[in-house]
Amino acid sequence: MPQASDHVVEIVVFVLLFTLVSVMGFVAARWRRADSLDHLDEWGLGGRNFGAWITWFLLGGDLYTAYTFVAVPALVFSAGAIGFYAVPYTILIYPLAFLVLTRLWSVSYRHGYVTPADFVRGRFGSPTLALLVAITGIVATMPYIALQLVGIEAVLKVMGVHGHLPIVIAFLILALYTYNSGLRAPALIAFVKDTLIYLVIIVAVIVIPYKLGGWDAIFGGAEAALSQENPNTGQPKGSLLLNANNQLQYITLALGSALALFLYPHSLTSVLAAKNRDTIKKNMSALPAYSFLLGLIALLGYMALAAGIKPVTSDGKTDTNTIVPLLFDQMFPSWFTGVAFAAIGIGALVPAAIMSIAAANLFTRNVYKEYLRKDATPAQEARTSKITSLVVKVGAVAVILFLDPQFAIDLQLIGGVLILQTLPAVAIGVYTRWFHPWALASGLIAGLAVGIGMLYQIPNPNNGKEHFGGSAYKLSLAGFDSDKQIYVGFVAVLANLIVAALLTLILRRTGAPQLPDATRADDYTVDRTEQSPPPAASGEPAALAGD
Amino acid sequence: MSSSPPSEEHQPSGPQRPTVQRTDSSPWNWVLLVPIVIPLLTPLFNHATPTLFGFPLFYWLQLAFVLLGVGCTALVYNRTKRRG
Repeated sequence: MPQASDHVVEIVVFVLLFTLVSVMGFVAARWRRADSLDHLDEWGLGGRNFGAWITWFLLGGDLYTAYTFVAVPALVFSAGAIGFYAVPYTILIYPLAFLVLTRLWSVSYRHGYVTPADFVRGRFGSPTLALLVAITGIVATMPYIALQLVGIEAVLKVMGVHGHLPIVIAFLILALYTYNSGLRAPALIAFVKDTLIYLVIIVAVIVIPYKLGGWDAIFGGAEAALSQENPNTGQPKGSLLLNANNQLQYITLALGSALALFLYPHSLTSVLAAKNRDTIKKNMSALPAYSFLLGLIALLGYMALAAGIKPVTSDGKTDTNTIVPLLFDQMFPSWFTGVAFAAIGIGALVPAAIMSIAAANLFTRNVYKEYLRKDATPAQEARTSKITSLVVKVGAVAVILFLDPQFAIDLQLIGGVLILQTLPAVAIGVYTRWFHPWALASGLIAGLAVGIGMLYQIPNPNNGKEHFGGSAYKLSLAGFDSDKQIYVGFVAVLANLIVAALLTLILRRTGAPQLPDATRADDYTVDRTEQSPPPAASGEPAALAGD
Repeated sequence: MSSSPPSEEHQPSGPQRPTVQRTDSSPWNWVLLVPIVIPLLTPLFNHATPTLFGFPLFYWLQLAFVLLGVGCTALVYNRTKRRG
């Protein structure tokens, strides 16, 4: 087990950088200052005024979390090619989002929507459907916040810092500056986070292959290590290429994960903070720079195999999430290892802050304002969100402190499947309201049931768990004569769509009431211009056609 | 259960006012299908050879798809953005 006394330089560098971003988090309240933060548009969306660069850093910092940086190479380390799904996943998400998110931005800008459930509420006129979308969003986001703590813990373990106190302190500071500065805090810190991550990974893919004898040696060493038998399954651990059984899983996992990622409320928070449609569209072709980076990060798993890294084992449990920190520790001088560890640690803070803001906004807008206090003023909304963001973070810390971190990982796995079930109402809803809201609500519930039911059936031979052991569903579990595997979320969303479509047809036949649509067709293409129009001009936005 | 939609009265503040583009449909949008479909065709890239700089095909070709994605979204962005 690593000792803290051997890692003094790393700890000092880590603490220094951590302190720097904490100060930035508090100062952020003054950055691009608004008259007052007493409005959700200000506290929760940074004034809806971020340009292309800020949005690039913010979305990059939001979507590519510390946990991703730690868990993707860990998956490649333990299973090989399947872990590289992160690359197609983060390629195809942008063309998918290019059209959907610009439309969602426009309609949200036009109507002041802050959350995906706000949009559903306006579009389908059903508070019940909106509540279902909001609850799904909150439940899916909470464990994701907790997982960011797992990312920091992996780094601390390797530095020999044990116990939970450092994490509690880190999250306390995070909670305070998020409360104070809202979305401006992660937006400003994202500059430091992303710069550090790029720096560390560029150095890593130059230095480590040099030390290990080149990429040939890395792939060769990894192949040899992966071909060894896994004592729990009697099969090879993995391979450099996909096999006959996991190709379908690779495809459905990449597609399903991409659809899920932009449905997460925290992704939409960063998107809605952009100042116009152009900002979003430009970013859809600039954000893949992070995907390239993630591909290189995934290969750190092979570097760790080739370097013979053995993950940290504590309490008899092997934590493969420690392989990247261990690899850095072995390959870099200690001061740079400190920088790399800080990059991962800070990388956890940015998404954790945005996720807690997103979850808090969902509660405020779609539970508090809708059901508890219909006449809430904007200032009351902002205060409720600020307090909820604190509660959400305390909840995340409690999961890690009082439950097994493995529980957070299981929940996050479920979370991806859950959030995918909002696809018909949110992403398809941006294009059509052909589906009846009651059918969408039923489809959502059916999708959740199918998803959770399938996840429950999946065992994990590596840790002896009988249920919730992964998201790869063997078709043989459903009685098919096949060893092929498929991503659970994909099947669940298909079930969701089928139920929603069939019920819509039935509801039409039986003359179910039509609910009102608060949006109009041209709300989905509305944009804000750079130059201020004449102040006297007023009236319908359509009078200002810009083409 | 039938209150008004959330914050219908709140319009985005600031001196700028919205402009409307009547539609966002364009034949160029079909180009976006290329980087969605190609990275999912596993038979295309699930091979070890030819290698590039020591990378098996599976790895270097998928990393190259990042450029395909950038190219296609940038093309559609340029072809569909409003003039002026």
